[in-house]
Amino acid sequence: MKLPPFDYASPTSITDAVALLAAGKGEARLLAGGQSLLPVMAFRLANPALLIDMRKIPDLQTIAVDDRGVRLGALVRWCDIANSPALKKALPLLPNAIEHVAHYAIQTRGTVGGSLGHADPAAEFPGLAVTCDAMIEIEGSAGRREMPANTLFTGPLQTSLGHDDIIVAIRFPPWPADRKWAFEEFSRRHGDFALAAIAVFYDLDDSGRIANAHVGVIAATDKPTRLPTAEAALNGQMPNSECFIAASEAAAQACNPSADIHASADYRRSLVRTLLTRALRKTLN
Amino acid sequence: MRTTFHVNQRAVSVDVSPRMTLGDCLRHELKLTGTHIACEHGVCGACTVIVDGEAVRSCLTLAVQADGTYITTIEGLSDGEALSPLQLAFRKHHALQCGFCTPGILTTLHAFLTHNPDADENAIRNVLSGNLCRCTGYVSIIAAAMEARSAYRAGAIAR
Ligand SMILES: Cc1cc2nc3c(=O)[nH]c(=O)nc-3n(C[C@H](O)[C@H](O)[C@H](O)COP(=O)(O)OP(=O)(O)OC[C@H]3O[C@@H](n4cnc5c(N)ncnc54)[C@H](O)[C@@H]3O)c2cc1C
Ligand code: FES
Ligand code: FES
Repeated sequence: MKLPPFDYASPTSITDAVALLAAGKGEARLLAGGQSLLPVMAFRLANPALLIDMRKIPDLQTIAVDDRGVRLGALVRWCDIANSPALKKALPLLPNAIEHVAHYAIQTRGTVGGSLGHADPAAEFPGLAVTCDAMIEIEGSAGRREMPANTLFTGPLQTSLGHDDIIVAIRFPPWPADRKWAFEEFSRRHGDFALAAIAVFYDLDDSGRIANAHVGVIAATDKPTRLPTAEAALNGQMPNSECFIAASEAAAQACNPSADIHASADYRRSLVRTLLTRALRKTLN
Repeated sequence: MRTTFHVNQRAVSVDVSPRMTLGDCLRHELKLTGTHIACEHGVCGACTVIVDGEAVRSCLTLAVQADGTYITTIEGLSDGEALSPLQLAFRKHHALQCGFCTPGILTTLHAFLTHNPDADENAIRNVLSGNLCRCTGYVSIIAAAMEARSAYRAGAIAR
C-alpha cells in the first residue's frame, strides 16, 4: 500500500532531533534506514504525523574498535558490518550472524539503531546485543544515559525507550581472541526472518573447562533473551557432547515460543534444541 | 517538498509530498517506468534501483531521502540501443520470461557484481534471495550472472 501522509524533517544534530521528538509528543518517529518503519506504515500499523530522518546527523556511522571493546554508531548499516575487517577480528560473532539479516538491497539501508528501536523478537541484532551484554547509549530531553541491552526490550516490537529518546550508539565489551563461539539460524530462505536462531560463546579456564557461557535465543521467545539454565549446564564442564546435549535440552525447556503462521510452538522449541547442539559442536572447530 | 538528484546522469528536481516513495517518483513524476513496483514493502525486489552505487529498494526509500544522490535505474544500464554485458548475458541465457522482475534483478546484480566481480555461485544465489521471480526458476538468471562476471572484472562501471 501507499504510505499514509506525514510531515518530514531532516535535522542536522541529535539535539535538534530530540527537540523535534519531544515536541511531537509521541506522534513523531525517527527514520533511520526505513526498512522496518516504512513497511509498518504501508501496512497502516503505524501512522506518525512526523518522520525525523537521521541521515544528516553526523558521527552516527562510526565503527570504533579499541581496548574497551566495539562501539557502533546508531546509523551503522548491515553492509558496513559485513565490510569491516576490524570487526571480523574484534567481534567475529557479529559479522557472522549479520550475514543472516535480510537481503542485499536491504543491507545497504538497514541500521543497528533501527533494528534495536524496532525490537523484532526474530531479528538477529537485538539478540546479539542481549547475548553479548552490550550497553545502549541513549540521548533524550534529560541528556545522555546508558542501559544494558536486556532492559531495552520489553516485548514484541516494544522497548523501554521514551518518546523523545534516541539510540546514539551500542557498545560491546572486549572479546578475548581465543573465545569459542558460534551462531546458528534456521529460516526457510536466505535473508528471511529466523524461525529460530542461537548465539553462543564461552571461554575455557586453565583446566580446559567451560566458563562464562552465554547462550542467547532469537525468534523463539517474545524478546531476545539469554538462557541461564542452558548456561548453567555448560559452565564448569569439559566441552563435550554430554554437556552440549544437556544444555540444548535445558534451552528447549526454557523457551515458551508462540505459534504463528510460520511455525508451531513445538517446532520452534525443537529448532532451539537442534540449533544449540549444532552451534556448540561448531565451537569445537 | 523539493527533492533534487541525478538520475541516469541527468539532473532532476521535483516537488513531491513526503509520503511519495522514490519508486513512485521515478515512475509517475519522471516517467521512468522501467522500475517496477509490486509489493511496496521490501519483499519482492522488483523496485530495486542503484543509489550512490548501492542497490536499494525504491519502495522503502522516500523521494525526499534521495535529495543529493546519484541514481541509476534500469533505463541507465544500457547505452542507448546497446545492451550492457549483463543484459546480453540475460538474453543469451533466456534469463527472463514475463520480465516483471527483470529490472530489479538487473539493477541488483549490476550493483553487486560491480562491487564483487569475483563472487561465486553461492554468493550470487544469496543475493538473488531478495528478488522474487515467478517465471524462470532462477537457473538461467544464475547462469547469466556467472557469465557476466568477466565483464565486471574488466570494469563495467556502476553509474
Ligand atoms: C524484506 C525484509 C526482510 C528483512 N529481514 C530481516 C531479517 O532477516 N533480520 C532482521 O533483523 N531484520 C530484517 N529486516 C529488517 C531490517 O533489518 C531493518 O533494516 C531493521 O530492522 C530496522 O532498521 P532501519 O534502520 O531500517 O530502521 P527504521 O525502519 O528506520 O526504524 C525502525 C524503528 O526504529 C526506530 N528507530 C530508528 N532509529 C532509531 C534510533 N537511533 N533510536 C531509537 N529509535 C530508532 C524508528 O522510529 C522505527 O520505529 C528485513 C526487512 C525487510 C524489508
Ligand atoms: S515493490 Fe519494492 S520490494 Fe517489492
Ligand atoms: S521473468 Fe516473470 S517474474 Fe521473473
